[in-house]
Amino acid sequence: MAGSGGWNRVLTAVLIALALAAPFILYPVFVMEALCFALFACAFNLLIGYVGLLSFGHAAFFGSAAYVTAHTVKVWGLPPELGILAGAAVAALLGTVFGWLAIRRQGIYFAMITLALAQMVYFVALQARFTGGEDGIQAVPRGKLLGVIDLSDTLTMYYFVLAIFLIGFAIIVRTVHSPFGQVIKAIRENEPRAVSLGYDADRYKLLAFILSAGLSGLAGSLKSLVFQLASLTDVQWTMSGEVVLMTLVGGLGTILGPVVGAFFLTAMQHYLAQLGSWVTVVQGVIFVFCVLVFRRGIVGLIASYAAGGRKAPGIISEAETTADKPAQARAAAAPGAT
Amino acid sequence: MNSAVTWRNGESGGGQGQLTMFDWVHISMPPAPAMFAQLLVGLINGAFYAMLSLGLAVIFGLLNIINFTHGAQYMVGAFCAWFLLNTLGLGYWPALVLAPIIVGAAGIAIERLLLRHIYGLDHLYGLLLTFGLALIIEGVFRQQFGSSGQPYAIPPELQGGRNLGFMFLPNYRAWVIVASLVVCLATWFTIERTRLGAYLRAATENPVLVQAFGINVPRMITLTYGAGVALAALAGVMAAPIYQVSPLMGSNIIITVFAVVVIGGMGSILGAIVSGFALGLVEGLTKVFYPEASSTVIFVIMALVLLVKPAGFFGRAA
Repeated sequence: MAGSGGWNRVLTAVLIALALAAPFILYPVFVMEALCFALFACAFNLLIGYVGLLSFGHAAFFGSAAYVTAHTVKVWGLPPELGILAGAAVAALLGTVFGWLAIRRQGIYFAMITLALAQMVYFVALQARFTGGEDGIQAVPRGKLLGVIDLSDTLTMYYFVLAIFLIGFAIIVRTVHSPFGQVIKAIRENEPRAVSLGYDADRYKLLAFILSAGLSGLAGSLKSLVFQLASLTDVQWTMSGEVVLMTLVGGLGTILGPVVGAFFLTAMQHYLAQLGSWVTVVQGVIFVFCVLVFRRGIVGLIASYAAGGRKAPGIISEAETTADKPAQARAAAAPGAT
Repeated sequence: MNSAVTWRNGESGGGQGQLTMFDWVHISMPPAPAMFAQLLVGLINGAFYAMLSLGLAVIFGLLNIINFTHGAQYMVGAFCAWFLLNTLGLGYWPALVLAPIIVGAAGIAIERLLLRHIYGLDHLYGLLLTFGLALIIEGVFRQQFGSSGQPYAIPPELQGGRNLGFMFLPNYRAWVIVASLVVCLATWFTIERTRLGAYLRAATENPVLVQAFGINVPRMITLTYGAGVALAALAGVMAAPIYQVSPLMGSNIIITVFAVVVIGGMGSILGAIVSGFALGLVEGLTKVFYPEASSTVIFVIMALVLLVKPAGFFGRAA
């Protein structure tokens, strides 16, 4: 996204204006849901898009934060802002442990390890008493923000969600463009070289993982207040798959891609809701389609056109050489089998 | 995990631990028959872990793809047996041969039509593509059958059981253990001790060189994927009379099998077999002594193995 600064500023202003007006045009709960998933996808994208690590277990952070927020707000009676902070903190803590374990392996193994660890969280959530098992935690009160602002009003809640989303999004944009962001991108492109330049790759990967987990938790906490519900769906592997799909559709390694992908898939789920299990089938088809012919995603494609890269037939083969995907070098470094 | 954790019997989300008939064992030192019964359950689960992780390892060796569709293909194998029985009247024994062939052929079609387009890409795309395929297959079956299971009877030849003195051994379960061991060892023998296996191992090391020696590597890749998928379907048929035939049976087991693969490392065929059976047994033992942890114990072991031996017990250092 090397567009000129002026264009970016105009785009940002237009998007924020749209977001402010959205609840008067669209169903506010839908936009809130999409914003929660957009933040979740952006946090996930920080790992896959900028460090080149595919986590297949981000539902663990999203879901555990949802449970913690729901529990602390409903049972302990914490105000919403503290409940959300507690959720994000627990997710970051969990991310510290999972990241510490998972970064010992790379590529495909990293994905399997995060998936397995997240499945462990799922089973704990299924059995633990405070999560309510199959029922989840229902009727979570939204409470009063800072003891003053009543969040049970939908419009107030919407602007609260939008504010949290913008804060989370700003943190991610800032991180990507910081010196830290440059180092993690260097590690994605060529880890041995980054190490030889004196960067402690594992430490950077772990920090990025914790940040991603914490922000995913923030999204999960917010979601549990919006829907006043934390349930097993939030920690299940299907949720991990959905966030991968959102990011893939929008464009891996693009700033706005995960947001576009989240809105696209949330809208699709709303329209196809009455189709039952066909939603899963459609998601699968989109997965296959994206991997085979649309690896750049929506935003990735637009960005490459905007950059004047109008090499029409070469889109597919070109995608392998551009930077919007995990480095080939990582694939080559992955351990072989027999 | 502490006393605040409750164990819920027979929950649908109970993962591969669907064998909950003995979950009443809560006392710290259980009677011997209950313990042997749990060990048997563990061994059965282990047999399926072994067969599935074996197929994953074979496919990964040559294709460098982690076949996420493996669980779905295992499920389709079980449904294939169910269909053969309910539409054509073909029983368990024909299904044991036909289902792997049918599902394996479908696997070959998947490889030819889809997988071959992504060999040049990062391995992660293989995982994403097969994940999408798994969603499609599972969604279609769930649309058709809901999430409830279809019963599949034990073949008449294997009904009943025998009393071993210290425990009751159902005949079908004895058959599953013996048959899966035979299948695993036959696969190991084919890969490690035959000429075909030598080609396969060589192509895993260096496909370009093997191709230069006049061996049709792309065809070998296709057939290997078909064989790996057939193995999953075979496991599915064998599982059908034990677990119910359900659209969700695949996704529940495949994630556990991933953990088994991480623990064993994908460097060796024998490693996949040994770690599959061993972890099934460990899971069974956990159900005896600390049932609350039986669904998570394999993941905890995975975490511990990552700490001390990141490449897995049988894997090569990364």
